[in-house]
Amino acid sequence: MNFLVGAFKPPCNIAVSFVDGRTRKQVPLKKENGQVVKVPLFQSQENIAGEVIIEPTQGKKVEHTGVKIELLGQIEMYFDRGNFYDFTSLVRELDVPGELYETKTYPFEFSTVEMPYESYNGINVRLSLYGRYVLKVTIGRNYLSNIAEYQDFVVHNYTPLPSINNSIKMEVGIEDCLHIEFEYSKSKYHLKDVIVGKIYFLLVRIKMKNMELEIRRRESTGSGPNTYVETETLAKFELMDGAPVRGESIPIRLFLSPYELTPTYRNINNKFSVKYYLNLVLVDDEDRRYFKQQEFTVYRLLETS
Amino acid sequence: MMVERAEDEEKWLAAGIAAIQQNAFYMHRALDSNNLRDALKYSAQMLSELRTSRLSPHKYYELYMRAFDELRKLEMFFKEETRRGCSTIDLYELVQHAGNILPRLYLLCTVGSVYIKSKEAPAKDVLKDLVEMCRGIQHPLRGLFLRSYLSQVSRDKLPDIGSEYEGDADTVTDAVEFVLQNFTEMNKLWVRMQHQGPAREKEKREKERSELRDLVGKNLHVLGQLEGVDLDMYKETVLPRVLEQVVNCKDEIAQFYLMDCIIQVFPDEYHLQTLETLLGACPQLQPSVDIKTVLSQLMERLSNYAASSAEVLPEFLQVEAFAKLSNSIWKVIEAQVDMPILGAVTLYSSLLTFTLHVHPDRLDYVDQVLGACVTKLSSAGKLEDSKSTKQIVALLSAPLEKYNDIVTVLKLSNYPRVMEYLDNRTNKVMAIVIIQSIMKNKTCIATAEKVEALFELIKGLIKDLDGDLHDEVDDEDFKEEQNSVARLLQMLYSDDPDEMLLIICALRKHFLTGGPQRLPYTIPPLVFSSLKLIRKLQGRDQNVVGEEASASPKKIFQLLNQTIEALSAVPASELALRLYLQCAEAANDCDLEPVAYEFFTQAYILYEEEIADSKAQVTALHLIVGTLQRTHVFGVENRDTLTHKATGYSAKLLKKPDQCRAVYACSHLFWVDDQDSIRDGERVLLCLKRALRIANAAQQMANVARGGSGSVTLFVEILNKYLYFFEKGNPQITAAAIQSLIELITTEIQSDTMSQDPAADAFFASTLRYIQFQKQKGGALAEKYESIKV
Repeated sequence: MNFLVGAFKPPCNIAVSFVDGRTRKQVPLKKENGQVVKVPLFQSQENIAGEVIIEPTQGKKVEHTGVKIELLGQIEMYFDRGNFYDFTSLVRELDVPGELYETKTYPFEFSTVEMPYESYNGINVRLSLYGRYVLKVTIGRNYLSNIAEYQDFVVHNYTPLPSINNSIKMEVGIEDCLHIEFEYSKSKYHLKDVIVGKIYFLLVRIKMKNMELEIRRRESTGSGPNTYVETETLAKFELMDGAPVRGESIPIRLFLSPYELTPTYRNINNKFSVKYYLNLVLVDDEDRRYFKQQEFTVYRLLETS
Repeated sequence: MMVERAEDEEKWLAAGIAAIQQNAFYMHRALDSNNLRDALKYSAQMLSELRTSRLSPHKYYELYMRAFDELRKLEMFFKEETRRGCSTIDLYELVQHAGNILPRLYLLCTVGSVYIKSKEAPAKDVLKDLVEMCRGIQHPLRGLFLRSYLSQVSRDKLPDIGSEYEGDADTVTDAVEFVLQNFTEMNKLWVRMQHQGPAREKEKREKERSELRDLVGKNLHVLGQLEGVDLDMYKETVLPRVLEQVVNCKDEIAQFYLMDCIIQVFPDEYHLQTLETLLGACPQLQPSVDIKTVLSQLMERLSNYAASSAEVLPEFLQVEAFAKLSNSIWKVIEAQVDMPILGAVTLYSSLLTFTLHVHPDRLDYVDQVLGACVTKLSSAGKLEDSKSTKQIVALLSAPLEKYNDIVTVLKLSNYPRVMEYLDNRTNKVMAIVIIQSIMKNKTCIATAEKVEALFELIKGLIKDLDGDLHDEVDDEDFKEEQNSVARLLQMLYSDDPDEMLLIICALRKHFLTGGPQRLPYTIPPLVFSSLKLIRKLQGRDQNVVGEEASASPKKIFQLLNQTIEALSAVPASELALRLYLQCAEAANDCDLEPVAYEFFTQAYILYEEEIADSKAQVTALHLIVGTLQRTHVFGVENRDTLTHKATGYSAKLLKKPDQCRAVYACSHLFWVDDQDSIRDGERVLLCLKRALRIANAAQQMANVARGGSGSVTLFVEILNKYLYFFEKGNPQITAAAIQSLIELITTEIQSDTMSQDPAADAFFASTLRYIQFQKQKGGALAEKYESIKV
């Protein structure tokens, strides 16, 4: 739960529960220490309501300067560890300063909370970012450090079907060596979508060995000269085995569901972006790689059912 | 290095099999515990072994078969899985998550099979998707096997007519479309193999390709078995599409194999109805394609089809099969300038067989085929290689076998022209085939014209051809050949004497060109054939009086005289002598004295001038005597001359016993039993006495030379002659003379103890027994014998 648990025995237990906790969808969330926990899922404009239960440890009284609950939207850069940037911060005062002798329950509610960004968990440790939503319960104390309890939750924001969704079509090549034309049926795909397309070989003078389609995620953080970019290949999907000849067309059908994609995030709070690319890689007999990278947009489809 | 490679391959194969087995084990475990995810994972890993590029097709096949067996189990599992509620469409998606394409597609095909079976989607859509997705494998070997797998699993699930997968949306058209597409893609891959890899491994590659061809051909087989592929569909869709692929692939191995496949796989009537299309593709094939075999196969099939039932023949006529085939062959030969002569000949041979089966009544077609063959051959000159000549022999034998009648064949004006292109040896072989056919079928050839034609065909046997080297000819073979020619003669026969004479003249003309080696074989049958005609005329002469026919015996005799004369050049004087005598006898029967005399003269001349060998002389002399004895046509003068000569010859033989025997034989010349004019008892006795003298001399000579008396055989023989004439009533032969002769012999036998000759003794004894017998028989003869004491 908390890394302080081993060091000091906390004077009280704090638990946060949601009113619709039993029915609300739970999704896995990977915490900093690698643990995966199930947390409730919210979307923007929802009411977040529940109770905070504070239970003092047997026979102890907790003197406090006030109890409050905060809803925080935070971005944490890995290269700037521990320094959270709050893009959303809502506070509800739960109690005036006083003493707690017995278990006390505080209901709370944040109504129609604006949560424009989705929770996002970058994987790379060296440089990555961490955008999260958290409820923070703080029991303020005068001369001792405050007692705080965090309850994570996840926000997903859904997008309707895009009205315009052109195909990606392009002819590329190396002069007199290789000319191909590829086509992906759409430029925007939802998370469970399938990429359908075709590659036409217009000219082949190189002996091919195989062809793959890679899905690459590019996280970029910072701005200007301090921009950090990290690219990660999420999928390597073999499309073709062997050497095609002129005139061949190779079908593409790549299901996105097995891969852990997130929607494309563009310039989240001026802090970071996450973009997705389809990288078509042709490998020749001598293991030389010829590739063409194309951005595509991923979105979270509002499930109508 | 090759061995090394083979060893390596074994190793790789073993490793591949081991990996398949291992993954299959885990897969089974996952299947047993209904763990779909693991099952997919391990099956994909197992199938990854098929991604190898190191194995030859043969070894790859082994590996493939291992995986194939495992996939069957997986398919069963998928089926159960769908029964348990996992939707097939989900499964269909799930297997497509595999990152490697080859395992992915194998799994897809496997699930696809289940998908079609579940009927959750139209078979056509699934099939189309599968065949389309398989394009991802562009590696020829792997692609071929994958598509072959697809073909295998889909085979019983095609929406064919009458199949459970046929529906409103799924028609046989879709099934055909699917198979055609798979076929096309497979063929492309197969052809592509040829162009990959270094040039020096071409041979190996071709071998590998031929190992794979059945994978491609199987698609055609599937098409052939689809119920729904009726003639219309075959004509409109299947054949044009297949041919398009065949022609466009521009690969000789593929073209040859696939053409052959088409011909073998689809029914004959389809071929017949689409002949034009099918044949139209032939000239478009690569020049190196062995098109002759292809067309030959086609024609063979059609021939058999035609032969199978008479009902289909009108179909052939309706589609003008002959014209199309012949036209197409012409075009092919035209297009393939480099085609060896063998190819052309094979084609014509097949076409001929076809024609004979389908249009046995159209001799003009047959002749046309032969004519075309001649045209082709004329550009090449004489055939040298044995295969072509063999093929020509087959070509030429076909009409013989079909018609069983050389007369029909003789009507084919181009037949001999084809034969001209054979080398001499083969020409002879062919000639013998022809003769055998005639003999077998007892075909009578009844006009001189036909005989001329026939001899044109078999002239290789009749005379030396240009450039014929004698030393090549085996003696036995030569004899055999000439004997068959001789046998042939009896089949050349006409009831009309005039025609027969013409035939004989023709034969004579041909035989005389044969040279000294052949004449001894060919002349005798000719002579006898002529004599036969003479005897026939002779029989007729009695009925038709005063006829002015050209075929008179006289004329024939003249011919014969000249014919036999030819033998003197050989030389074969003994044979000639016999023939002369035969002729003389015939002339005798015709009452033509001068002719007979002439023949005798010829015989005598031969005897005097040519026959030097004493043994031969003896034989010849006996023949002369025998013939002369029977000849009755001569007047006294002529006869005297001839008999006198003959007697003279006999006395001049070298050996005494021979002399003796010849002389006593001559006695018969003076005594012809049924002719009163020739009964000169005196001269008979003279001959016999002379014979006795000679016998005596012979015995004395034997005494002197070998110190013992000779045999008494001669005496006994003379005694027998005495008895003969005695019985015939020759007044000069008296009982007393016989009596003394018997005593003489008895003394001789008794005195001569040194050299016993049991044969002679027995001979004498039985002669005596004969006399005894005659005595006891009674009657006039017995009375005559009465006075002889034994």
